[in-house]
Amino acid sequence: MRILPFLVSATVTAGLVFTLNIQLKLGGTKAPRLGYFLSPQHGFWKNAEKVNTNFDASILANDLKGDVDVYMDDRLVPHIYADNDEDAYYVQGYLHAKYRLWQMDFQTRVAAGRLSEIAGADKLSIDRFFRRLGMVYGAEQTEAYINEKNPVMKATVDAYTAGVNAYLKQLAPEDLPFEYKLMNFEPENWTPKKTYLFLMFMSYDLTGRSASADLQLTNTRDYLGYDLFDQLYTNQQDSLDPIIPKGTAYAEPSIVPVKPLESDMVYLKKTPQVDIAKVVETPEAPDPNNGSNNWAVGGTMTKSGRPILCSDPHLGLNLPSLWYEVQITTPTHSTYGASFPGSPAVIIGFNDSLAWGVTNAGRDVLDYYELKFKDTTQNEYWYNGAWKSVTKRVEVIKVKDSADVIENIAMSHYGPVMFDAYYQNPQSNGRNLAVKWTALNASTGVETFYQLNRAKNIDDYSKAIQLWKCPGQNFVVATKTGDIAIKQQGDFVARWDRQGDFIMPGGDSSYDWQGIIPFEENPMILNPARGFVSSANQKSTDASYPYYLGTASSFPLYRGISVNQQLAGRTQITAQDMQALQTNNYNVFAQQARPALMKFVELNKLSKEAQRMVGTMTQWNLYNDPSEKGITIFKLIWDSVENAVWGDELAGSLIPLTKPESFVLLEQMNRDSNFRVADDIRTKDKVESLKDQVRIGIEKATLKCIELEKENKLNWEAFKATRVLHLTKIPALSRLNLPIGGGVNIINATGENHGPSWRMVVHLTDEIEAYGLYPGGQSGNPGSPYYDSFVDYWAAGKYYRLLFLPKEKLKQHERTKWHLQFKKAVA
Amino acid sequence: MKFILSILLVGLVTYAIGIYGSLPWWSFVVTNLIIAIALPIKPLQSFIAGALGVGALWAGLAFGIDMANNHILSSKVAQILPLGGSYVALIIVTAFVGALLGGLASLTGSFVRKPE
Repeated sequence: MRILPFLVSATVTAGLVFTLNIQLKLGGTKAPRLGYFLSPQHGFWKNAEKVNTNFDASILANDLKGDVDVYMDDRLVPHIYADNDEDAYYVQGYLHAKYRLWQMDFQTRVAAGRLSEIAGADKLSIDRFFRRLGMVYGAEQTEAYINEKNPVMKATVDAYTAGVNAYLKQLAPEDLPFEYKLMNFEPENWTPKKTYLFLMFMSYDLTGRSASADLQLTNTRDYLGYDLFDQLYTNQQDSLDPIIPKGTAYAEPSIVPVKPLESDMVYLKKTPQVDIAKVVETPEAPDPNNGSNNWAVGGTMTKSGRPILCSDPHLGLNLPSLWYEVQITTPTHSTYGASFPGSPAVIIGFNDSLAWGVTNAGRDVLDYYELKFKDTTQNEYWYNGAWKSVTKRVEVIKVKDSADVIENIAMSHYGPVMFDAYYQNPQSNGRNLAVKWTALNASTGVETFYQLNRAKNIDDYSKAIQLWKCPGQNFVVATKTGDIAIKQQGDFVARWDRQGDFIMPGGDSSYDWQGIIPFEENPMILNPARGFVSSANQKSTDASYPYYLGTASSFPLYRGISVNQQLAGRTQITAQDMQALQTNNYNVFAQQARPALMKFVELNKLSKEAQRMVGTMTQWNLYNDPSEKGITIFKLIWDSVENAVWGDELAGSLIPLTKPESFVLLEQMNRDSNFRVADDIRTKDKVESLKDQVRIGIEKATLKCIELEKENKLNWEAFKATRVLHLTKIPALSRLNLPIGGGVNIINATGENHGPSWRMVVHLTDEIEAYGLYPGGQSGNPGSPYYDSFVDYWAAGKYYRLLFLPKEKLKQHERTKWHLQFKKAVA
Repeated sequence: MKFILSILLVGLVTYAIGIYGSLPWWSFVVTNLIIAIALPIKPLQSFIAGALGVGALWAGLAFGIDMANNHILSSKVAQILPLGGSYVALIIVTAFVGALLGGLASLTGSFVRKPE
C-alpha cells in the first residue's frame, strides 16, 4: 500500500464529497447541496417528468372505507368518485400532496412563523411578525373549537390529513419535490393545525392590510392634523356605485355603537402633532389590490333564460398556483371548482344545483389598542382606572444554523400585544400595541365551504355562509331554479364613525368593540329588479346603511362602476359574453379622469414633447389593451400630477406615509378648481394652482415617457410586464413579461404580479355549462409540462370548458386520459 | 481487460446502489473504492475507469431524462445555477461532477494494492 498517495487521494476525495454535500448559497432561499442536487438518481433530474407520463396508478390505502376512482382529464384535473365523503377528502388530500406538496408545506410554515427554520436568521423579522400577530394562536383556537364542537368538520379535516400523510408515507426520498432539493429541507407530516394555519394565512392576506394601514393612517393623521387628513383621506366617494343598489332601505340597527364623548380630542386628535420615526425592519404587507369581481345575471338577461354566475378572485399571481381544480362526487353531492391545496372541499365553484363565488368585503376587522404597561416586565396594563394582568404566551422560533429565538408575547384582553419594547417597526413608532382581530377567534370557515359544496338552494346557501366569520366576503350565488343573490358576510364590528381607522386608546373600555353586526343586518340582495347582482370590492352600501363600513382606501371604486355599467340593461347574454366581460380592459377611471385632467392642461405652455405625449393620451381609446401607449402615458402623467399635488404635504415626514387614493384628486378636480392643497407649501414666494401642478406633473412624466419610448417600453404590456412568480421569486421558475392588458381599476384586474387568480363562468343550464382557468397548471412541479400549462391561455383571455359529468359519462369522455384507483387495503 | 471490466463494474454498481434513494448520493464513492481495491489496476487507469464509469452513467442518465422531458426542467435549472440556460452545459456539469468524484474514489482505492 502506498500510504502517502493513498492519504492524499483519500483526503482530496473526502474533501470533495464534503464540499459537494454542504449547501451552496445561490442567493435567497436557494441553497442546494450540489452533489446531491446534480446526482441523476437523487437530485433535480428525478423531477424532470416525462412529457408523455402515464398518470394511471393503483394505490392501496389503509384508511379508506371503500374504493375510490379518480379520472384525470387532459388538463390533469382529477374527477374524484367516492362512496362516501370522508374517502373523497382523503383522496383530495392525497392528490393535493401528490401535485402540490412543497407549496402546501412551505405556505403553512410561513403562516406559522417558521421560515427561519428553513432559510436562517435573514427571515426572522417575518417570523416574528406572524407569531406576534397571533397566527399560530388563531389556528390553535380554531383547532380546539372544531375538535370539541364539530365532529363532522373534524372528521373531514382528519380524512384530508390522512390522505396527505398517506402520500408522504410512500414518497421515496429521490422523488421529493424539486424545491425541497433546491432549498435543502424535508417535508413533515400534515396535521389539521396546518389546514387551519393555511386558512389563517388567507385571513391575513385578505384582512391583514389593516395591520399596516391602521398604523399608516395614524401616523399620517398625526403628521397632517385631523382636518387636513380628513380632506385628503376622505371617506366620501361621490361616484360610488355600491354592491347593494343606492336607495335600498335598511332596517333599524340592533346595535347603535356609541362614540366615546371625548374621542374628538383623545382619539381623532384634532390638533396637529409631530412624531419622529425610529426606523427598523418592515414586513411585507398584503397587496392593497387583493380583491375580486363576482356577479350573477338572472334569466331575464340571458339568452337561455337561466342565470350565469362569474367569479374571479384577484390575488398575487404565483406558481405553483394558490388554486387546484377538482371535481368531487359522492352520494351526498357532486361539486366542481377551485380548491386550496392545504384545505378540503371546493372553495369557488358549482354543484349540480347552484354556483357560488366570493370577493373580498374589505371591511376593517383588525384594530390596534395602545397600552400603557406598569413597568418593563409588561405584566400589567392600565385599563379602566386599574392595572390589569396579561398572560404570557411563549413561542419558540427555531433558526437554521443559529440559536432559538423566544418570543414572550403578552396577551391582553384585546389579543396579543404585537408591538412593545421588544418588537417595533417603522410605523409602530415606539408604541405598545395590542391586536384585536376577528381572525384570532375560533372559526368554522371550512364548514361554510363544506356546506356550499352541498347546497341545493338559496336557503342552504344562506345557512352555509351564516357560519362564515373571517375574512369577510361577498358571497354571490346563482341557482338552476333561477335565483340570484349576493350577501356580504363575516363577523363585522358595529363601529361608530372612524372607529378603528386609527390606533385606539387601550385604557378605556368605551373604545372597545360594542358588538358584532347580526347576520340578518349584513347587506344582501336577492333577485333584484335590475336583473343582476355584482361586487368588485367597492363599499357594499350607500351612506344610509346604519353601520360605519371603514376607511375609503379599503374600497376601490371603479371596477364596480365598470361592471355595473357593462351589465345594466343588457339582454341575450351568453357565457361567451361573460368571458369577454371578465377579460374586459375598459378603463372607467381614465374615462372620468382624462377629461377632468384636461380641464387643467394649458397646451400652449407645454414643451413640444409634452404636447406630443398629451396628444397620444387624448387619442387613446380608453382600453388598457396590451399594445396601447396612451394608457402608459396617462398613468405616468396622473401619478406624476398626484405626486406634485400631494408630495409637498407628505414630504417632511420621517415615517413613511401613504398617498391619498386616486379618487380623491379626481373628485376634487370635478368639485372645485380652487383646491387649496394644490399649492406647493415648500415654495413660500408663490401660490401654485392646480394648473401649475398639472403642468409640472406632465413635464416630469414626459421625461419618463421619452425614456420608455427609447427602450420600446411605452406600450402597456411591456411597461406593465405582468409576471406569475414562483413562491420563492426565482425568475427561472416564474413566467415573466406576459402579453396581457388590464390593470388597476379594470375588470381584467391584471397588474404586475397580481390579478385574476381563477376565472370562472358558470351557466346554470340543466347540464351545467362551465368555463374556467387559472394562471398556472395542475402540477406544482417545475419539471412538469403541467406546471404552467394554463398561463398562455389565461394571458390570451381564453377559457377551458370544464368537464363536470357523472362517473359513467366522464369515464368514456374523449378528454379523459388517466385512471387512478384507490383500493382499500385488506388487512 | 481489467480496465474495461472496472469501467463497466463502476457504472453498474453506481447505478445499482443509486436505486436506493435513502442511501447518500455519494455512496458510489465507497463502492468505487472497493472495486478499485478488488480489481487493482494502475492509478491513472483506475482514475480514468472510475471517472468514465460514473461520468458516462451520469451523463447518460441525465441525457435520457432530459430528452424525455423536452428540456423543461434542465433549461430552468441551468438559469439558476447559472449556466446561461444551456441544458447541454448542465448535462456536462453533471457528468463532470460525477466523473471527478468517481475518478478520485477509484484513484484512492488503487493505492491500496499493487496491480499484479
